[in-house]
Amino acid sequence: MRAIAASRSAGSGAQDLTMPPRRQWYGAKHPVTLVIEEIADIFRELGFTIALGPQVETEWYNFGALNFPADHPAMDAHDTLYLRDDLLLRTHTSPVQIRTLQQYPPPIRILAPGDVYRRDFFDASHAPMFAQIEGLCVDEGISFVDLKAMLNNFARRFFGAAKTRFRPSYFPFTEPSAEMDVQCQLCKGAGCAVCKQTGWTEILGSGMVHPAVLQSAGVDAEKYTGWAFGMGPARIALQRYDIPDIRILYDSDVRFLEQIAEPSTKAGDG
Amino acid sequence: MNASYEWLRAFVDIDASPSELRELFTAHTATVDEIVALRTDLAPIVVARVLEAHRHPDSDHLWVTQVDAGGAQPLEVICGAPNVTTGALYPFAPVGTTMPNGMKIERRKIRGINSNGMLCSAREIGLGEDHAGILELQVNARPGAPFLTVMPVGDSRLVLDVGANRPDLLSHLGLARELSAITGKPWHLPALPGLGGETPKPVRVEADDRAPTRDVEGKVLDDVRVVVEADTRCRRYIAAVVGGVKIGASPEWMVRRLEAVGVRSINNVVDATNYVLHELGQPVHAFDASTLHGGVMSVRRARAGETLMTLDGVVRKLPPEAVVIADRQAQAVAGVMGGRESEVSERTVDLFIEVASFDPKLTRSARRAIGLNTDASYRFERGVDPELGPMAMDRVLRIIVALAGGTPTTPLDLVTSRVDRRMVTLRSTRVTQVLGAGVPMPTARGYLERAGFEITSATSSEMSVRVPTWRTDVTTEIDLVEEVARFHGYDTFPTEIRPFRPTTTRDDPMWTSAARVRDAMVGLGFYEARPMPFVAGADETHARVANPLAENEAHLRGSLLETLARRAEYNLAQRVGDIRLFEIGSAFVPRSSGTLAEELRLGVVLMGRRRPAHFTEPDPPSFDEWDAKGIATRAAEVAHPGTAVRLAPATDGGAMLWNIESNGASIGTVSRLMLDAPIWASPAFAVELRLGDIETAQPAARGTHTYKEAANPRASVARYRGVPTMPAAEFDLALLVPAGVTADEVERVVRGAAGDLLERLDLFDQYTGEGVEANHRSLAWRLTFRHPDRTLRDKEIEGRRAKILGALEEELHVRQRTA
Repeated sequence: MRAIAASRSAGSGAQDLTMPPRRQWYGAKHPVTLVIEEIADIFRELGFTIALGPQVETEWYNFGALNFPADHPAMDAHDTLYLRDDLLLRTHTSPVQIRTLQQYPPPIRILAPGDVYRRDFFDASHAPMFAQIEGLCVDEGISFVDLKAMLNNFARRFFGAAKTRFRPSYFPFTEPSAEMDVQCQLCKGAGCAVCKQTGWTEILGSGMVHPAVLQSAGVDAEKYTGWAFGMGPARIALQRYDIPDIRILYDSDVRFLEQIAEPSTKAGDG
Repeated sequence: MNASYEWLRAFVDIDASPSELRELFTAHTATVDEIVALRTDLAPIVVARVLEAHRHPDSDHLWVTQVDAGGAQPLEVICGAPNVTTGALYPFAPVGTTMPNGMKIERRKIRGINSNGMLCSAREIGLGEDHAGILELQVNARPGAPFLTVMPVGDSRLVLDVGANRPDLLSHLGLARELSAITGKPWHLPALPGLGGETPKPVRVEADDRAPTRDVEGKVLDDVRVVVEADTRCRRYIAAVVGGVKIGASPEWMVRRLEAVGVRSINNVVDATNYVLHELGQPVHAFDASTLHGGVMSVRRARAGETLMTLDGVVRKLPPEAVVIADRQAQAVAGVMGGRESEVSERTVDLFIEVASFDPKLTRSARRAIGLNTDASYRFERGVDPELGPMAMDRVLRIIVALAGGTPTTPLDLVTSRVDRRMVTLRSTRVTQVLGAGVPMPTARGYLERAGFEITSATSSEMSVRVPTWRTDVTTEIDLVEEVARFHGYDTFPTEIRPFRPTTTRDDPMWTSAARVRDAMVGLGFYEARPMPFVAGADETHARVANPLAENEAHLRGSLLETLARRAEYNLAQRVGDIRLFEIGSAFVPRSSGTLAEELRLGVVLMGRRRPAHFTEPDPPSFDEWDAKGIATRAAEVAHPGTAVRLAPATDGGAMLWNIESNGASIGTVSRLMLDAPIWASPAFAVELRLGDIETAQPAARGTHTYKEAANPRASVARYRGVPTMPAAEFDLALLVPAGVTADEVERVVRGAAGDLLERLDLFDQYTGEGVEANHRSLAWRLTFRHPDRTLRDKEIEGRRAKILGALEEELHVRQRTA
């Protein structure tokens, strides 16, 4: 009875408090930034700091120092955009490994987020520029056990993944190399179309830093060992936010970015 | 790499199912991306027994049969085949089956009698061309059993992702060796139907060790010489001639094997070469010998301007890196593709067979220049083991003889360089150091030996390992550590977090600075954008990409606004007019010195309504230049804390409004943004601000961060000042300001004359028009004075007002407005 009285009185003189609030514009970080920050937060807890490097790199930092054999099929995955002389747009964040090892003595624990470039046509699943985040840990006594433990911890924290697996792989700058999968979030390992019936989703590439890489950076490879990983926050953002086409991340469509800023409002509206 | 499950099982006697095989390879060797079940179209087909067969009463060629297809009752099936036999087993398509050709089997009446399904011929189930009768199955199976479980046609294709370092895995042989090392079971070459005895042992001709740069040659027939020129860097070339072959279709088993790896059957000879490529990893090429002239086959570099029509019918200009196989002219691009003229055809009688080990780098250059990627070039680029040649030649000759007849000559084996087998030492301490857990040396030794490594000596702490010729990837100790790790299984190593020492690094200050600016911009209601930095620029002003994806994005932006403006236009095209975007990204600035600087900058674009509409304000005002100035000021203060930030009016009168200065140095701009905008759009403004820069291509110096000009956040720490306890005194000044005098100048004079007790000076009004004389404007300030210890007296205030007005009149001819 009282409620009815209140709502009647709203129309006649007293204020109608059901009317909408006065709002301000809300801003938002880009989904890829949010993913990078979340990854960084998990590793920071385990003593990692952030390192940066230039996007315009030399062939030596991008390939030579990272143990890429010259003119070899290993380069095929790194179809490179060149500038002039020996300058290029870095194809991965791994040159930051070399720069950091030149700049600081071990122990090293760094994360290197940044944009990288490949000569790939822009389509629903490829972009010629995309974000990558790299991790590097170098010290005496660092081993494959540490690699597995750290990345496993990350997967558990980030994906809530119960299970991970490590598969042999090949990267010129790590050996042994391993790709890490987490149990497919969709089918919980049972096998579905998204994970191509494997029950696993590929998350990152990793491995023990190749002794040749440590030597390139002037680090004693007999004394020191290390591990490194790299992954693509854009791909993770696509999964996390259910984005069907990678180009959406570059369009800067205000209506999309607004969804990131106000997820609850939009859900409520729907 | 496509591998056939059945083909692998012919090498290694294993019980593992295709999916178990996938797990083994993925865990130890190379990831199996996919398993493709072949011939799943035959899944509905079952084995059926014909119980009775009678002539159809209304037909002289049809049979009415009773068929046991595993059901409770026999089915009545009409059949037109002349060979239908009581008691025999046949493939049977029950009602509802969709046949490989798309036909749907339905229950239908044929001349008055129902037919409940179809007995199938080989052609009807896609197993060959035979359709003279139904396919009688010589198997021991109960009726109703799925056809695929009974007949080995349901192979599975395993698609493996093989790393560029493991060319040895690009064959069934290589995968079988791995499987053997993983499971401990031996491998052997598959037995093939009709394969004859061994072929003649090749005659070997080696390069003269004293002059290894010389050409190597020999005779494959009395009147046919083969020459390998030194600059082709071809490591081995084995040739044989097979006379009197009969070209024809390949047998069923060969067609199926090739199909299983995705290769189409062409004819018995070409199929034999493709078979050996996929079985052993050795590309083989067969030339039609009758099309070759001049009595000499040369392996030489392509000549300037030389062309060749390749098998695909395209005339290709050969690059100088290309190696060709030539008689009087090029007949094949070595390691890439054969020529059309010497192609094996139905008329071919004599073959010239080539088994070679071409140079990886030259093959790669030629393949890239021609733009042809073939199964052969893929393997040669990665490296084909020269020691594989003799075995591959023997295998291909035997298969050709079995399939097409003919008589092979003794092969000629030209060896230009001997393969040294590397020795590598593996220490158990290194295994433990890298892997974090020990692997017993005898265990490690077992893995290596089964994978083809030879242990020449071993102690409890180290072993000397001779690397097999096919393992070009194993050159140093770490390669052996990886072998041990993957055969032992990555899963067997623990995942415990162990103690660690803190890093000597700290966060790059530019990261911290960028994060502060980002937070500030989000707080101001802006969305972060991450656009691509490619633009259509000019070589004079922009860094150019040497090999751009498209000519309209061949340059790197020199300013973030170049790309942000396009993003704003994109939104306008979606009929979105409220645009508040920012980006923290790199601009690429060519320096006059010829170097390229990479600057980390903040870019901002703003346009549209200042606030969302509300019923109290249905039509909020649009952003204007003063919003832009405020945002620029805030961003500059956050990016360069502790410095004096000033927005200096731009003097050039164009789109530029203000230069942003920090301690007197220019760090950015505020401008009107010119857009390709629809009529309804409100004006757009832009801010660009430098955060820091890198001279690119500089080597990293010890103890430095990458970006210069890292802002020091501590500089911005505000010191405590006593909060006021005494009341303030305020008054307003409405001033007549002549044209040419700026508010900035007025404020400077006011502050100078007002003294230390002036707490605030706020401009609150600007007016021109009636009551204000021409060439003047009225500006009004509110002045707030406060003494820290006592209340100010009216007289003190009046004195300051008079002093301020006097100074303004004298210095700027600014008077108090009286009207």
